[in-house]
Amino acid sequence: MTRIKRLLALLPVFLLAITPVCFTSCKNSGSEKEAGDQGTAAVDIPASVEEIAVERGLSPKDVIAALKTYIPSGKYDDYVMFASGGHSGQVFVIGVPSMRLLKTIGVFTPEPWQGWATGSAESQEILSEGDMPRGINKKLTWADVHHPSLSETNGDYDGQFLFVNDKANARVAVIDLRDFETKQIIKNPNTISDHGASFVTPNTEYVIETTQYSTPLPFDEYAGMDEYKEKYRGLATFHKFDREKGRIDESQSFSIELPPYWQDLCDAGKKVSDGWAFCNSINSEMATGGINEGNPPYEAGISQREADYLHVFNWRKAEQVFKEGKAKDLNGQYIIPLDTAIAEGLIYFMTIPKSPHGVDVSPNGNFIVASGKLDTHATVYSFEKIMDAIKNNKVEGKDPFGVPILNFADVMEKQVEIGLGPLHTQFDNEGNAYTSVFVESTLAKWKLGPPDYDGPDAWTVVEKIPVQYNIGHVVCAEGDTVAPDGKYCVALNKWSIDRFLPVGPLHPQNFQLIDISGKNMQLLYDMPIGVGEPHYVQMVKADKLKPWLVYPEVGFNPMTMSVDPEAAAIGNERIVRNGDTVEVWMSVIRSHFNPEHISVKEGDKVIMHLTNVERARDATHGFAIDGYNVNLSLEPGESSTVEFTADKPGVFPFYCTEFCSALHLEMMGYLLVQPTQPKS
Amino acid sequence: MKENELIFGPRIPKELWEKERKRFLIPSIVLVAAAVLLFISIFLPYWKITLIAPQYPQGLTASMYVNRLTGDVQEIDGLNHYIGMKPLGEAAVLERTLSIFIIIGIALLIAGAVYVHSPFALFLCIPAVMYPAFFLGDLYFWMRSFGMNLDKRAPLSGAIKPFVPPLLGEGKIAQFATVATWEVGLYMSIAASVLILVGLYFHRRAYKPLLIDSSGR
Repeated sequence: MTRIKRLLALLPVFLLAITPVCFTSCKNSGSEKEAGDQGTAAVDIPASVEEIAVERGLSPKDVIAALKTYIPSGKYDDYVMFASGGHSGQVFVIGVPSMRLLKTIGVFTPEPWQGWATGSAESQEILSEGDMPRGINKKLTWADVHHPSLSETNGDYDGQFLFVNDKANARVAVIDLRDFETKQIIKNPNTISDHGASFVTPNTEYVIETTQYSTPLPFDEYAGMDEYKEKYRGLATFHKFDREKGRIDESQSFSIELPPYWQDLCDAGKKVSDGWAFCNSINSEMATGGINEGNPPYEAGISQREADYLHVFNWRKAEQVFKEGKAKDLNGQYIIPLDTAIAEGLIYFMTIPKSPHGVDVSPNGNFIVASGKLDTHATVYSFEKIMDAIKNNKVEGKDPFGVPILNFADVMEKQVEIGLGPLHTQFDNEGNAYTSVFVESTLAKWKLGPPDYDGPDAWTVVEKIPVQYNIGHVVCAEGDTVAPDGKYCVALNKWSIDRFLPVGPLHPQNFQLIDISGKNMQLLYDMPIGVGEPHYVQMVKADKLKPWLVYPEVGFNPMTMSVDPEAAAIGNERIVRNGDTVEVWMSVIRSHFNPEHISVKEGDKVIMHLTNVERARDATHGFAIDGYNVNLSLEPGESSTVEFTADKPGVFPFYCTEFCSALHLEMMGYLLVQPTQPKS
Repeated sequence: MKENELIFGPRIPKELWEKERKRFLIPSIVLVAAAVLLFISIFLPYWKITLIAPQYPQGLTASMYVNRLTGDVQEIDGLNHYIGMKPLGEAAVLERTLSIFIIIGIALLIAGAVYVHSPFALFLCIPAVMYPAFFLGDLYFWMRSFGMNLDKRAPLSGAIKPFVPPLLGEGKIAQFATVATWEVGLYMSIAASVLILVGLYFHRRAYKPLLIDSSGR
């Protein structure tokens, strides 16, 4: 009895000891529940919804489209699109299905809001990497961004990097998706125009870039049009990507010399076809135009032949050939001569009818879909048959440069009747292909054949949907990877004509969201794009992206992606004069700069290291110097450097250009430049 | 009575130990448990303040441990500079430096009380029993000191009057709603205090008869 009594007496003690633990955990579970309840409000559609629909003239289909695209305040999109910004030289980041623009990323052109090439030494340095080579004294101020390409692991997007090309100047840029900032710009040293870029191999070993308009190699060497066949050449460049460094390593990159056809779009093989790459081309006619000299214009000259050449590259073997030292150094670029490439079996041609454009490898890597702009078919090649034709030398001849042309009948799997002007193809997870049909202005959904799809309607179009208007590329959710998601496609239309409120003669282009999850495709939403001419887009599942919310440490230099040893910090702010150079270490925090007065003499070189020491999400500060053409964007933790010569005497306010706090207007200081010669 | 016995109290006769083991074990276990609780509390937060404002959907929190502050301290300091409050890191520097040694010390004193069978055990336990109250008192002192001594040259010194943030419960500072909560470490130290009182009760019950035996008659 007494034992039990004593145990009972101890009970409250144990209860007391447990209480604090329970107290905290019970409290937490309570608050979690509350949050959960808020998230799943019961759907109880009021009758007034119908009234609204009637009042706004919305059809039931419109209402469904609205429901499928609306993202409530504070909720996130499922997918993210990376769209080339065309002439803007930028990349657009767009949420799907809401089609909201989330960001533009400054790449080839200044973007002041991001402080991109508007005063920060880091961005200026990256941009100048892309300057014209060999002292061709041209600072490029625009770009024609064409094809974004997300980095891949095993043929699937890994959400780490994005590559884009500039068709106008043959440049390739690397964007790091930790901070969505451009880290590197490469100017192809020997070619001036590219189109088949950027396309990555399945593990991002290489970023493919091929020439569009042939020129002599290098492009700044002169040869007249009469020497077109002899002197003009194209290049397929395989830029080696160093994932660890997040940079392309030109010393490990190689190119293959190509005939002067205009190489067009490319795609890397995947799964069974890993190690191979496929690039289309036009102008096997080697037309040299000259409408002003009484020759047929290019548009006619280039369309003379019934067929052009789809290039088949064995890049894995080419890598080997490059490593064996068989590539020639031309301005720091290692080029495998065309003869060597032919002899080593690195290049084959396949005929493709009527001015082809897109080439897209199916998710399993077994089919290569190409289409001629002036044809009504998508031509599907079988990788297995290509390999067989190469192995057994099933060739129908050689082109004038000696490249073997595989026998069309032996490599072609199927020609699918699509419609007039098929361009590009994407895929879903159910054996469907989606081809943009430019001339018809439609998106065609068609079935692949066995083994990807086995049914009576294999290799036939099952549905077509009109798009507004003149569709170029099409993008579907992860639709060019080994594992497409289906769900959405977006028609990337060149013209919008009457789709939006008129805004003057230059019309926005039109991104049209299409739901492909149901039996029938449904057009959901029109998104006007009023900047540049966007080309290709890739759509990635949002949860694959793991961007930083603030820079991981204070003093972070986005160019080196590490803490800058020269970074300013709280407590080490100072101004140091060294001869004619004044160096400033400035901390930036709500709502002041430290130091606030910077006094220099006219002609001094000023170097300023600024660090935003904030750790709060979104606590970005700007730093502009009036009259000195400087505007930085300093994200939380970011360190940046400004260098300029104080060549204008006078008093120049500097201030924070991001509305950072209630005392934002007060966040300023003065740059005082004393004249060396007092005014008489 | 020997000198030792005056302080440490009588030892337990062997035959009594064999017979009534539980009587002597219970106070020892309870006191040791209190010491252990107090020791563990070093690693756990004692107090937390959460600041809620529209710009901070997740709220801002600062969690206080006996030797450090964690959470959004930098952001809170950043905001505090507007009202002229000193950085939180400047508060209770001495206490935070010494706290771990002091707590280990008072926990050892409790453990020592297990071997002291005289009423002197009570004195060994007093620091531990008083400790939670001392902690809260010290916290109040610093909050008062920081809240009442705002820099008059601060940007918002005209808008915010000196104030004392609450030790527990809700308050309001400018646009921030504040919620102060006691955290598991503090509750453990309070539980340790209660355990000590319970332990001392059993301690008295176990040893008082022995004390009378040895000193009386």
